[in-house]
This record gives sequence, C-alpha cells and structure tokens, in this order.
Amino acid sequence: MRTSIPSGIEVPVVVGPGECRPEPPEPPGRYPFTRGIFPDGFRGRLWTVRQYAGFGTAEDTNRRYRFLLEQGQTGLSVALDLPTQCGFDPVDPMARPEIGKVGVSLSNLSEMEILFDGIDLSRISTSFTVNGTAAIILAMYMACADKRGVARSKLTGTIQNDILKEYVARGTWIWPVRPSMRLIADSVLFANGEAPRFNPISIAGAHVRDAGCTAAEEMAYTLANGLAYVDELSRRGGEAERFARRLSFFFYVHMDLFEEVAKFRAGRRLWARIMKERYGVADPQAQMFRFGVVCGGSSLVAPQPYNNAIRVAIETLAAVMAGAQSIFTCAYDEPFQIPTESSAELALRTQQIVAHESGVARTVDPLGGSYYVEWLTDRMEEEIAAAMKAIEDYGGAVKAIEEGWLQLKVAERAHLRKQQIDSGELPVVGLNCYAREDEAPAPVEAFRLDPGAAARVLEKYAAVRERRDNGAVERQLARLQAAAAKDDENLMPYLVDCCHAYATVGEMVQCLKREWGEFREPIRL
Amino acid sequence: MSAALKGKRILLAKPGLDGHDVGAKVVALALRDAGADVIYTGLRKSPAYIAQVAVDEDVDALGLSILSGSHLELVSQTRDELAARGADHMALFVGGTIPASDHEALKALGVRGVFTSDMRLADVVASVARALADETRERAPEGAG
Repeated sequence: MRTSIPSGIEVPVVVGPGECRPEPPEPPGRYPFTRGIFPDGFRGRLWTVRQYAGFGTAEDTNRRYRFLLEQGQTGLSVALDLPTQCGFDPVDPMARPEIGKVGVSLSNLSEMEILFDGIDLSRISTSFTVNGTAAIILAMYMACADKRGVARSKLTGTIQNDILKEYVARGTWIWPVRPSMRLIADSVLFANGEAPRFNPISIAGAHVRDAGCTAAEEMAYTLANGLAYVDELSRRGGEAERFARRLSFFFYVHMDLFEEVAKFRAGRRLWARIMKERYGVADPQAQMFRFGVVCGGSSLVAPQPYNNAIRVAIETLAAVMAGAQSIFTCAYDEPFQIPTESSAELALRTQQIVAHESGVARTVDPLGGSYYVEWLTDRMEEEIAAAMKAIEDYGGAVKAIEEGWLQLKVAERAHLRKQQIDSGELPVVGLNCYAREDEAPAPVEAFRLDPGAAARVLEKYAAVRERRDNGAVERQLARLQAAAAKDDENLMPYLVDCCHAYATVGEMVQCLKREWGEFREPIRL
Repeated sequence: MSAALKGKRILLAKPGLDGHDVGAKVVALALRDAGADVIYTGLRKSPAYIAQVAVDEDVDALGLSILSGSHLELVSQTRDELAARGADHMALFVGGTIPASDHEALKALGVRGVFTSDMRLADVVASVARALADETRERAPEGAG
C-alpha cells in the first residue's frame, strides 16, 4: 500500500497529539477560516447544487435547464460551445465542426434570450464557464436582464473569467496576456458597481489539476493567479477591500478524501492571511476564500463506467466536509460522452443523497480536530506555500505563463502522473487493477447530438444579421475599438451597448483583435 | 522506454478549437522518450495548416488530438487536405475523447490507430512503431528486402 498522499506527503501510520500543533484551530467563521467561512456551516444554507449543462441550440439547452430546475437543482451552469468560448461566429470555417458540441452556441443576444426563456433571472443564480470571451458574455447577460426588465443589481451567479489558467490548460485564450488581464479587471470592477451580488471571476485550479497537477500544485497555482488578479485590479484603481468580497475560486475534487479536505482548509487559511498581511484587507468578507468544486473529471475512467458514480459520491463527501459553497458532480459517462439525461440525473441525486441522507452537512467542519486532518492541513499548507514561492521566484504568474514555464511544468507533471497510472503505482480500479479482459461494454445509453443543430444555429445567425440595424452595430463596434485603444477606459459599457445592438461575439472579438493582436503560444516541450 | 521510434519524425497537432493539450503533450514526451523527433503544432490549427506542416516537415506520421467530439469532421478534413498535397499515404493517428462507437468510422477514414486516455503510453508507442514498421515494409521497393 502507498503510504504517501498523491501530493507526495509521507503519512505516518498513526498521527497523534505529538505530531500536531498544540493550539486547536480557531472556530469556523473566524479568521483565518481554516474551519470554514461561515460560523453555522450548511445549517444557514446548503451548498448550491449546480450541474454544468449545455449543448446544441439554445432551445435544446433551455429544455434541459427547465428539466434540471424541476428536479430540484438550485442554480444553472452554462456550458458554451468552443466557437463561443474562443470568439468565432458559427459561420467561421474554424467554428463549423464545433457548433453546439461541448456546449450551447451563443453568438449574440437573441440566442441568450432563447436560452433563458421562461427562467426568472432575478431568482435563479447562473454560472457561466467562459474565459476568453467572458467580458462579452457578462455584458450580454446584463443586456439580457435589461431587455427583460430585471434590474442588474438583482443578478446573481458567477462567471469564470479567469484567463491565466487558460494559457496553461484548456486553451480558450484569444488576446495576449496583458490586455486580457485589463479586460478582466474592467469586467470585475464594472460588475462590482452594476451587479454587486454577482461573482465576476472564479479563479480556477480545476483545469491544471485535471491536466495532471497534484492537489497542492492546483491550490498553489490558483492562489498565485489570484494574486496576479488582485494586483491588476489594484492597478486599475480597484480597492481590495471592496473587490475581494466578490472573488471566488473553483477546483477539482479527486479521490484522495483527506488530501482534498486538507487542501481546502489550507487554501482558506493561506488566502485569508495573504489578503490581510500583504494587502492590508481588514473586512472579513474580503478575506474569505469562497470556492466551488467539480467532482469527477480525470479521476473518472471509461472502463467499468458505473464505478465512476461511486467515485463521484466519495468526492462529494470530501467537498462537503471541506465546506464547498457550490458543487458540480460529473456524470459517470463523462469520460466518453456528453451526459445523457439519465446519467445527469444520477449525478444530481448523488448530491441530494449526501445532503439529505448522509448527515455530513449537520455540523461545521466535521473533521476538524482530527489529529490526521489538522496535521495534514499544516503539511498541505507548507507544500502549497512552497509551490507559490517557486512562481514568485520566477517573477510571478503572468511572466511564468507568458514564457511557457508553467505550461511546461504542468506537461511534465501530467507525464509523470500518466506513468504512475500505467505502472499501477496510482491504483485505478477497473483500469490498472481489477480490470477484466473479458469486459463487455456497459449497457450505457448513448448521447447523440441532434445532427440538425448546427444548421439551425446558422439559420438563426443569418436571420439576426438580416433583421438588426447594421449601421448601429458598426457605430457601437467603432466606439468599442476607440475605447480599447485607451488604457484608462472601462470597456464594459461599450460591450453592453454592442450586445444591445445584436453585435455578435465574433464581431466584438475581431474588433478587439484589431487593437490588441492575438496571443502567440510559447511552445516548450 | 525502448528506442523503437529512433529516426522517425512525428507531427502532433491540435485541429479545431479544442484547447485540451495535455494528452498531446504527454504523448509527445512519450514518443520522444522512444527516440522519435516530435513536432507539436500548438493549439487551434486548421486542417489545411496541419497538412501543410506535415508535408513541409516530411514527417513519417501525423497524430491528431481531439477532445471536443468533432473528430469525424476534423479527421476527414485533414485527410482531404493531405490528399490535396499528395500525402494520402501518411500514417494518421487520432487521440482524445473518442467514443468506441466511432473507432470503426475513423479507421474507415484511414486512421491507423485510435488512442484514448485509458491506454498505457507504452501501448500507444508500440502501436505507432508497429504501424510505421509495416509502412516501411510496404513501401520498400521490390527485392530491397
């Protein structure tokens, strides 16, 4: 049996008081929040159950959302297709093969109006997983609320809007790093004023983790990126005391239960300390580390797919015991297809069973005070701090990413992890142990995307361009470009105006490319 | 790892908009460990661009990494672009999130191997080496033994 956790920390056979710090951690809701940000944990409010969904046309996805809401889901999470995420209109040759594949196609405001048809934007909280085009999608959401007569101040939800990790993993970058950072700062500061209940950025470690990093590296790289955003927001005139109240984070939860719990407890503590000690933030609300999670990802495998449902249940337990604010549970069929309605429902039920039957949400930080958990939290904190220091020594997250240093580290780590799985050092049941040579394919229902979806997206796109006032679109785009040329303008009001005029995502992206150019990927292998 | 691919030139490419490149990079490192010269295109390349690089660099094999579900369209476009450049013989491999039900369709498009994340790296390398060895035999002139 392996005696170290996947992050590499060797674990004693027994951990007792001799290994732990003498003083117990402070109570939940108290700085530095090791035991949680709320004094009453989930008694005050259960975590948000938020399943990621989106595919095909806005009409298809709207139907799936209504189904999920009827089944007790409490927030929406919008998956966008790659053309929308990378800023290509559906007619672009690069976009054609990808329309509606990994998410819904949302090329302009009229599509968003269809997406949220019959859904009350003032009551439901919505999360958008989008980064390259996040400012545009946020502007579109505000324009959509304006059209519906919903005050922007009533909007709640989260937009990922974390471009730094896109350069390292996931790859939906568009412009070079620095203007992209400016756009993020613009959108965060604008949302703080216009939609103060909306979380305008979710700094995500999930993607580098799923790419192969350890849990400690995931937390370290995320906090390092978080500091880069705090610096940029401060540079653009934001006050940390204010904007930090709306920063949020997003992570994967994989299978090592205590490593995961310790990771989040250590992350809460580190972030609060940095905000207080380095940035002088005094308001506890602005020191709090709020996070959502996704359970599953690369911890799930295609062989013996039903095993994945068990994995997700264990990961959900870890997320709840770590005090997550929102949870997304992957469906068991995700390693090989977009989930079907029934696999998505099972993933949702998994959270409901943990919430209402297991009793783990009854008391705050139920593992707090365990010798092992407190010891491991301290060790994880050291690991995370060391990995953060390596980035600072390099010159900070922005430089490490512009020069491809972090990308190389992640690729090497992924290679190592793959070798550990291939050799059986990291056991995965059904894959490298207890695998069956004679395994018959599981009788899994196949998800099939409607083959007519792309054609309908293209028809609707042509129709919008036909009926909108093209002169108004040109005028708004020209204003946007002029504002982009000046570093001291916030671009968000211009983007909202473009959206109102039914300018397309591709048009707005092209307009900013004319001013800023494109990111050139540093390839280091 | 053995040097089964010594002297072979392999291009790994990311066609389309999918930005998940860790699989491509891990395979690149494994192929390099096995002795191959590996070129990686980076993200978001068109099939025409990829085919042109494959021809210009005179590679022995081309691997496409696709996790967005667009593999049938992108492989077929790349195949056509290779053919348009007289490179229809080039050994083509595909890796990524590929449902088992699509493996046959990809093979019908001329793909020599389909690799998913569950496969061992050693098996991926062996499969590429085997395909390239067959290729060398088939293309060797009569009597050259």
